[in-house]
Amino acid sequence: MGKTGSWRVFRPTLLKDKCVKCLRCWIFCPEGSIIRNKDDTVEINYDYCKGCGVCANVCKVKAIEMDREAKKK
Amino acid sequence: MAIKDLPREEYVMMGNAACPGCPATMALRTVLKALGKKTIMTVPACCTAVIQSLYPYTSFKVPIMNIAFEAAAAGASGIEASLKKQGKEDYTVLAWAGDGGTYDIGIQALSGALERGTNFLYICYNNQIYSNTGIQRSGATPMGAWTTTTVGGKTEFRKEMGEIIRAHHIPYAAQASISQPLDLFKKVSKAKSIKGPKYIEILAPCPPGWRFSMDKTVEMGDLAIETGAWALYESIEDVVTFQGKSKLILEGKLKRKPIEDWMKWQGRFRPLFIPSRDEERINQIQHHTDNLWERYQKEFL
Amino acid sequence: MKVMIDTGNYIAAKAAVMARPEVVAAYPITPQTTLVEGIANYVAKGEFKGEYICVESEHSAMAACIGACEAGSRVFTATSSHGLLLMHEMLHWAALARLPIVMSNINRVIGPGWNIWADENDSISQRDTGWIQLYCSSNQEIFDTIIQSFKLAEDAKIVLPVMINHNAFILSHTSMPAYIPEQEEIDEFLPSYNPKWKLDIDNPVSHGNIIGTEYYEKLRKAMQDAQEQAKYLIPKIAKDWQKRFDRYHGGLLEEYRCEDAEYILVSMGAIGAESKVAIDELRSKGKKIGLARLRSFRPFPSEEFIRLGKQADFIVIDRNISIGSEGAVFNELKAALYQKSDAHVIGFIAGLGGKDVPYWDIETMCMKAITKKTKNMEWFGFTEEV
Repeated sequence: MGKTGSWRVFRPTLLKDKCVKCLRCWIFCPEGSIIRNKDDTVEINYDYCKGCGVCANVCKVKAIEMDREAKKK
Repeated sequence: MAIKDLPREEYVMMGNAACPGCPATMALRTVLKALGKKTIMTVPACCTAVIQSLYPYTSFKVPIMNIAFEAAAAGASGIEASLKKQGKEDYTVLAWAGDGGTYDIGIQALSGALERGTNFLYICYNNQIYSNTGIQRSGATPMGAWTTTTVGGKTEFRKEMGEIIRAHHIPYAAQASISQPLDLFKKVSKAKSIKGPKYIEILAPCPPGWRFSMDKTVEMGDLAIETGAWALYESIEDVVTFQGKSKLILEGKLKRKPIEDWMKWQGRFRPLFIPSRDEERINQIQHHTDNLWERYQKEFL
Repeated sequence: MKVMIDTGNYIAAKAAVMARPEVVAAYPITPQTTLVEGIANYVAKGEFKGEYICVESEHSAMAACIGACEAGSRVFTATSSHGLLLMHEMLHWAALARLPIVMSNINRVIGPGWNIWADENDSISQRDTGWIQLYCSSNQEIFDTIIQSFKLAEDAKIVLPVMINHNAFILSHTSMPAYIPEQEEIDEFLPSYNPKWKLDIDNPVSHGNIIGTEYYEKLRKAMQDAQEQAKYLIPKIAKDWQKRFDRYHGGLLEEYRCEDAEYILVSMGAIGAESKVAIDELRSKGKKIGLARLRSFRPFPSEEFIRLGKQADFIVIDRNISIGSEGAVFNELKAALYQKSDAHVIGFIAGLGGKDVPYWDIETMCMKAITKKTKNMEWFGFTEEV
């Protein structure tokens, strides 16, 4: 299918300072597009993230915010 | 065990054709982490068949034999026999099918493979509909649910597939949920260590099929457990134990939430609430759930 | 070499076991049952070392064969009639998946009503599935053809499944002698299976996922090309067998007394065997007639018929009928000759429902064609001509 990041309507943003490295977002992401780093910090792969928002939904410390992908004019 | 202890290796690749919020890929990521590289999958017609994406590409890192809708378990019997002849008995043969290919059209092949003692793991990811063909009803669809073929709401209760499986007295059977990945990982790992036929059914809330917002997949799974619509349990040599909140509910330590707390978030149950509450139907469904848990308590406490 | 005097089914079972498949997955149906029971006996005696799966339906039998073959094993199965029909979806699947599965089909009548005797509607109705279809007329031929079929199916130019047909009861349950080579001789003729690809964890692929139109077209063309190759390979393997074991039943056709024939009878299976007797009778009465016994129905030997059409007209006996049209061999033979031959073709439907077709009836049919009492097509035994 290629770069499914183009599907996004909503876009997750990780607030690194709030992240407690629980890795819930990593395991629950249906795509595996939340990348788990060696030190258990996470990064979002925007080439493939479909913007479903599960990560934001499961994050217990609200370290992920969902916004519209398209810029507001 | 904690989430950080789960293996890092990914066998489901990004760029697949699954819907955003899909429970199938969510579950399969965890399942394949538990099974590892020595896995051969057979996948009948179902969402996962499509999620692999278009030839000549695929989005999975394990070999997959796609097969006709009703034939997953039979195909698995064949693969297992061949691997046995090749001395590859430490491989896992995984039949990965939806509820359509398990409860309905595939039930014959499944029953046959279980009865024959095929050494394989059969996993049904249950989104309670024929999702891939566009949300038609299946034997797993709950009472009252809208589907494209039960437009006014399904008028029958779903099959208790767990009971049917347990009637085959296989070494291992379990129910899990995409919303409890550690429990799922443990169950798959346990199944992997056992020889013979194993069955795991994973509740897979489907955003387009159940009509809920695509970010709430995990919530719908946990609400199903908390309301008793779904139970987490394990049957090892016919000895059944419950896990997580299902265990607490069974033991009376946690009160089951009313079933409507699960249903009201899903557009498929809309006719039960809008334009007015269908008290009779909601009570019928609550009653049925109460009876189910009474039976569980009689049998397993 | 030993002589085994046994029924077509038990001789087929012997051939199947000697081919050393790693997996047999089958479901019983009359009159195939003794074939799979025969294999079960070899399992119990320890002579069959493969995996023997008693599946719960024929659809699952073919699905299991597909699974085992994709995992890298040589496989065999057998069925008949309704079992073959139940497998229909998976027959298509096996051929499109390019799997060298070998299967015995015992030609039995389709119901309702229930009828366990011989006719060929079951296999003929599967002619579009892409399977190579061969038809046997003796127990010896069944043995030889089954071994040859593994070699054929597994050839890199073919890689298609092969169905070997023999008639219900007339062959399946009738004892005839057959020479059985030693296992070492079979192994030399048919070495172990070396798959071109298989499900492999070190080279994981998804087999059979979604495919676009252009690729699919190529898939179909490749299958067609493979069956065209089979037109050369079927006779070649039969000749190789003849060199090795001194037995030959024909290539795509078995030509009997065709050298100066003005009429050529075309028939298959048990009727094909009876036809030889009818030909001898007619020859003794001065008729210049020969037999082209059809061994390969798929691929259809169009070129052979065009060649024979240069010298003779054809008389076809079909033990099948495509309702709303004609007998399959009659129809396809005419199609093969179209614009390529002036040869005339007359057709008979005979033997449906297991009705016995003895050599004197075959003689009668031939005489009706020769004397032009039948000019086009006739359901033999029914009074009006069609």
